[in-house]
This record gives sequence, C-alpha cells and structure tokens, in this order.
Amino acid sequence: MASVTRQKEDDSAAKPSKDDCPCREGMKPRLDYNRRGFLLSAMAASTAGAVTATGAEAEKMKAPPGATLYDVPEDPTKEMARGVHEDGGYGTRSQFETETRIKAERPLDGTSWTYTPLASTIGNLTPSGLHFERHHGGIPTIDPSRHSLYVHGLVDQAKKFSVADIKSLPSITRRFFIECSGNTLAEWAKPTGKNVQVTHGLLSTSEWTGVPFATLARQVGLKENAAWVLAEGADAAVMTRSIPIDKLMTDALIAYGQNGESLRPEQGYPLRLILPGFEGNTQIKWLRRLQVSDRPFMTHEETATYTDLLKDGRAKQFTLAMDPKSVITFPSGEMILPTPGYYLIRGFAWTGRGRVNAVDISLDGGKSWAPARLDNDPEPMSTVRFSYPWFWDGKPAILQSRCIDDAGNVQPSRKELIAVRGLNSVYHYNAIQSWAVASDGSVSNVHV
Amino acid sequence: MSTFRHVFVTVLFILLSATGAQSDALGIDVGTPVGVNELAKFYAIPPDGTGLPPGKGTAAEGKELFAQRCAHCHGEHLEGLKEVGGPKLIGGRGTLTSAAPVKTVESYWPYATTLFDYVWRTMPFDQPGSLTPDEVYSLSAYILSAGHVIDEKEVLDAQSLRKVVMPNANGFFSALGPELDMYRLAPGEPKK
Repeated sequence: MASVTRQKEDDSAAKPSKDDCPCREGMKPRLDYNRRGFLLSAMAASTAGAVTATGAEAEKMKAPPGATLYDVPEDPTKEMARGVHEDGGYGTRSQFETETRIKAERPLDGTSWTYTPLASTIGNLTPSGLHFERHHGGIPTIDPSRHSLYVHGLVDQAKKFSVADIKSLPSITRRFFIECSGNTLAEWAKPTGKNVQVTHGLLSTSEWTGVPFATLARQVGLKENAAWVLAEGADAAVMTRSIPIDKLMTDALIAYGQNGESLRPEQGYPLRLILPGFEGNTQIKWLRRLQVSDRPFMTHEETATYTDLLKDGRAKQFTLAMDPKSVITFPSGEMILPTPGYYLIRGFAWTGRGRVNAVDISLDGGKSWAPARLDNDPEPMSTVRFSYPWFWDGKPAILQSRCIDDAGNVQPSRKELIAVRGLNSVYHYNAIQSWAVASDGSVSNVHV
Repeated sequence: MSTFRHVFVTVLFILLSATGAQSDALGIDVGTPVGVNELAKFYAIPPDGTGLPPGKGTAAEGKELFAQRCAHCHGEHLEGLKEVGGPKLIGGRGTLTSAAPVKTVESYWPYATTLFDYVWRTMPFDQPGSLTPDEVYSLSAYILSAGHVIDEKEVLDAQSLRKVVMPNANGFFSALGPELDMYRLAPGEPKK
C-alpha cells in the first residue's frame, strides 16, 4: 500500500494538476521520507508561511507502518478535510496508531518470527496486519490463478482444486486462535521475556473462512484405511505435517478468508489449513497438497522439531492440541503504574480442547483466586478477553491468571508443569504467568 | 409390475449418473481428476522408504558436496554455525537426559528417511530443492557416517537407506489425545 501511495504522490509532484491549490496542499499526505514528496511538502509549508522542516523533523513525521501521514489542523471544524478515495480505495489506519509486530532477532529473517502486540490490540480479533508470523522458508508470492490444491493418496479419485474451485464450495466462517507451540518457550527455566509481546505474542485470533475438509473428501472419496493426511505447503520449506484424519473430518477448514478479506500473504495466501486448537505449525500455509495415508510420514517438523523432550530422554510426538492457557496483558512486563489506585486488569485466555469456561485472577502469587469477568462469549478453540477491577494499594503484588476450559482442564502452575515435563520440552509451555508489581509501580516477569 | 420396473430403471439411472459425474450427496461436483503422472512431482517419504527415488551415493562423494553446498551454514565439520543459523548435525549422543540436551541428526532424529526427505525438500537454504537424488543420497551417507550411524564405505540407495537404524529410533512415543500426565495425583514419571 505504502509504495502505491508514494507512487501516486510522485506523479502529482511531477505533474501538478489544475485542481491543486493552497487550500488542498496541506491536506495531502506528507510523505517526507520520499525526496520528491519532501520537496512538495516543504514547498507547501513555506507557502503557508510555516518553518521548513529539517531532516530530523521529517524523520519524526514518518508515518507508522500501515498509516499515511496527514497534516493535523489546529481546529478540524474550521477546514474542509480531505476527500474520499485519496487512499486509492483501500483505507489505512490512523497515523497516531503505532503498534507493530516485532521480530525475533535471528540469523535469517526468512526463518524468523514476529510477535503480536497483545497488550495493545483491541477486542478479541487480531488485526490481520498484526497476526503473528512464523516462517521456515520466507513468505512466498503466489499467483492464485496458478495455484492448485491436490488431494490424492488413499482416495477413489485423485483431484486438483483451483482456488476458484475451493471458493465455489459451501464455506464456514468461524473465529479461532492460532498459537505457535513455541510460544512462551523461553520461560521454562527462568523468567526471560521482558514484556507480554515477547512472552506470549505468538498467539493471534482471526475470523477464518474456508471449506471443511469433509466437503473435499466427498469430492475424492476416502478409502477404508485412510487414517492420516499429509498437508504440504508451497513455500521454500515445502512444509509438511501429518494430521490424524479424525481431526480433518471433525472441524478442519481449507481457508481462503481472514477477517473479511483474502488471507494475508504471510498467513498463507491463497490457501491455508485451519486446524482449530492445534499447534500453529500444523496449520499449513500456502497449502498445495493433501495426501491421504494409513500412517504418519514422520516429517522433519514432527520428529526433529515440534517434539517435546522429557526428563527421561524420550520425546512426545504429535502433541497437537494446545492446552489451556492465559496471560494478563495489563499490567504486564515493562509497564509502570504511576500511582496507587484503580486499575482494570486485562488479558486473554484460550484452550485448544474446547471453550474457555472460567478465568481466575490471583493478586498474591497464586495463594488465593477470584473469578475474572469474561468480556466476550467463549467460542470453541477461540480466545476470550477477561478483566478484573483492582485497587492497587501501592504494596508489592504478584498478578496471575489461570484458564479453566469446559472439559475441566486447568492451566497448571509452572511447578506442576515441570514436574511432569522437566525443563527440556521447549514446546507447549502453558504454565501460569506471573507479573510482579513493585512498590514503585514497575511491572516485571517473575517466577514464583 | 410396471411401477416396479419404472422405479428400478430410475434408481439404476441415478446410480449410473452419480458414478459418472462424481457428484456427492449434495450434488456437488468440483475439481479436476488427476493421474499418476501429474502427481509424480510430489513426495513425502515415510520410514518404510516408500517414494525413495532411484539413485545412490557414498560418504566420500557427500563430503565433497557438503564442503561446496552446506559447510557455509553447517560448518566444515558439521558442527553448526550459530551466527548464520545452521544447526549442528552430529554429536550429542547421551545428552538427551542432561540439563543441556544436544539434538542432532545423530542424537535425536528417529528415522534416516526423514533426513533424506528434508534435505531433498529444502536444502540448501540458498537454493532450496536443487539437489539431485544422487546428491541427497551422498549427503545423507556423509552425515550418517560422520555421526557413526553407518559405515563410511556404505553405499546409500533406496534399499539400504530404509534399513538404517538411527541411534534414537526408540526415543519417541505418540502423545495424541488427552494430556494424561496432568491428571496424576503424584506427578513424576511420565507414562511408559
């Protein structure tokens, strides 16, 4: 989007149209990081008698990602503001909204990840542009008109489906969370992440639209011994995972929609697998192939990685469902409470084994618990917002939340979790998170 | 009698037309049938070796190739290069119960077929999917012989690769289903 807008601005700078007049120039996007745009806005500023922006000020005026910078009028009721469609027909967010995904520092960006800013998203859905990412071979650019999904193996008739074929089938739209099973993995041994974006930001929730696998299965016919399905992506990692067919026939979607539009490229455009409540890696992006089999394939991501090493040296394989988990997003790490007084504790809870049934809050490091308020109706395999009014008396406190799902599973304490898993599992860390509020109001990540 | 015949013919007609058009119970008929030729480009190789391509290779051939194509990420001696993100490929046996487990092809991976499949599928990272089956057999032989899993003279092909027994072959168990470990009154040893 940004580059399109920039290009348009360049064109108007090169060829001022007859419509340009002083009354309009101040309302144009001020893209000062672009040289020609900078000259234009500097001209506009001097025309209006203002001080010409310096390089440093121009840098400050740079629009946040996903936004376009406009001049801010002293009194918006005294000027006719910009007209429709200056954004080219696809809207941008406010220039005052600055939340972004942050990336993990890794040797290769193509095999790295980004974290969702959980403390600053609003409501239950994650904006598509803030959905966390984890890639193993970069983000491919795929022309949907050249993309097919093959379904073959233990079927009566192998078939390929174009994206148009998939979209012609009856679809389902539902809200599901996706969590990377590596979310919170640095917290096993000691508190590591400084803030909730880093400790829990490999979690996002979207409204997904797609076709149930069962619908495709009727188009190809399943053989009697069908038990597993290999899902394969069209990225450079050619990501493959084996999925029990029971899961695919229960609630899996071949998704093409996310939050009312097509999937974002980094979320698998044009097709991805949605396996509600399963670990993120299994929900194959850029889906190109489903091979029905009578056994799992033992791919790299279900043997060498995404397996959970236990104390006795053996490893759990196919730990696919995400266990109940929750986290307080306010107050959380690196925040400061300025004074004692009233605060609304807020957070997310989720479970891959049903619906969230209840969330409890502790203010004393888990000694006592009280129920939180659920701010939205719990849905299967989806996140729930919770809140809890708290009067902070200025004394040190340790804030915790725990999720209880409708199957009766209870989010464990860290001690309970490591008693059964040890410290080397890496994946599937779902222990209760503790945030310590110090008497000076500073909040930090601790273990109790 | 004529009614019975009428029904019989109608049912027969529905059955035939349903079979012919491949439509499902809802009358949906979508997708293009494909044959084996179009599917031949795909592979995923399970532990029994189904789908291993023709070809062969040795550790000596693999060593040379590794130096050219792999060492810049995985290190000259397969020791891994943290700064470029290439993991260590050998060593680490006996560390899985320690405080700092070293998970490598040698110490952790349960199947040699996974090594072949993964290298063929994704490696090298700067030219993914560019290796020929002979090259993948050679590299697999080099990594496995450097990890003392196979003899350095062994020729790897579709027959021999599937017979390789990895050191940690019995180190995994399936945990599909409920998380029973969390339902013990005295949590301790995981289930056997």
